[in-house]
Amino acid sequence: MSKPKIIYCHCAYAQVVPKEVKEAVLRKLCEANVPFEAVADLCESSARRDPSLKRQVESGQIKIAACYPRAVKWLFAAAQAPLAPDATEVLNMRSQTADEIVERLLQPDLKSNLPTSQESGPKANQSAPL
Amino acid sequence: MSLKDQKTLRIVLAETPVQTRFETLQKLLENGYTVTCTTESGSVATESPNVLLIQKDSAPGHIVEQAESARVEREAVKQGEWKPWFPVIDYDRCTNCMQCLSFCLFGVYGVDQDHKIEVQNNDSCKTNCPACSRVCPEAAIMFPKYKTGPINGDIVTTADLQREKMKIDISALLGGDVYAMLRTRSERAQSRFSKERDPDKALKERQRCLVKLAEAGDIPAEVLMALPSPEEIAQRAETAKAKAAAALQNNSK
Repeated sequence: MSKPKIIYCHCAYAQVVPKEVKEAVLRKLCEANVPFEAVADLCESSARRDPSLKRQVESGQIKIAACYPRAVKWLFAAAQAPLAPDATEVLNMRSQTADEIVERLLQPDLKSNLPTSQESGPKANQSAPL
Repeated sequence: MSLKDQKTLRIVLAETPVQTRFETLQKLLENGYTVTCTTESGSVATESPNVLLIQKDSAPGHIVEQAESARVEREAVKQGEWKPWFPVIDYDRCTNCMQCLSFCLFGVYGVDQDHKIEVQNNDSCKTNCPACSRVCPEAAIMFPKYKTGPINGDIVTTADLQREKMKIDISALLGGDVYAMLRTRSERAQSRFSKERDPDKALKERQRCLVKLAEAGDIPAEVLMALPSPEEIAQRAETAKAKAAAALQNNSK
């Protein structure tokens, strides 16, 4: 099986992803001399239904360096490029270190981690009453 | 023209020297381009007019100039001029209750042909305003660029849902009888909704709640300042409620 494809989001238009993390991830990807797809901002790509997203999803296994897996899952769905739960690993540049992220991106194996319906958290009708 | 109909340009960087790759990528990304960075020599599929192949060992600044020229020539849109702030629906959580549709005064939401709620006009959303996510009883609405969870996409916790339950009270005041159409209601809720049938009272409640939300730091002042006149708010709220009610009616058939 071929290596998972890599997508990197630069989250260009907000300050929510630490600059030092996203720059370190991008720099290390460049230095590793691996092929990858970089989007200026995954939110904008989703809003535009960028065909690049669909092309990447259809190519097989995929690793995405962006933000929270739940947000990434539904950004791709909104772009009409739904991610395959068993073929997607999302690395979170808001909460993980650059070293952790790059290590996972460059490993040939894939640890799928898209949240399922149950894993998105308790539902309102399941929570304890006030 | 809607965002999804606008033409964009993708850059394919082939065999770029490792030494300059980071700087080149960074410049292109900051100018809004999607970039495919390939290490393979030989043919790269670039048959699309939306793709620009750059193979030469150019200086990063020159590559950006090349990209800009090609973008203008091919009449592709300049990305990055709009801050992509819009709601993203978690359909694992959404119950299609239409509260967001009923609440939003800016026409961001609509329903698809199966009467399912969807985000239809991303660019109508007010930048940095997460108000609709605060009225969602299931915490199903995300703004990925929001500062904190669960609105930013982090996993929803029980504590978050407790807060959401309190927000339902606010949304009921704001949305009025759409919520009333949903399932069973408590006596207390019935009493509240009946009060809202007085349009002046409902409008006052809506304004009061908007101020409350703004004070809580959720709605930027500029969004409140951009709100239309009270009459217009009332009219838009009626339109939104009618759309939501129609969708709910279709769903119950």
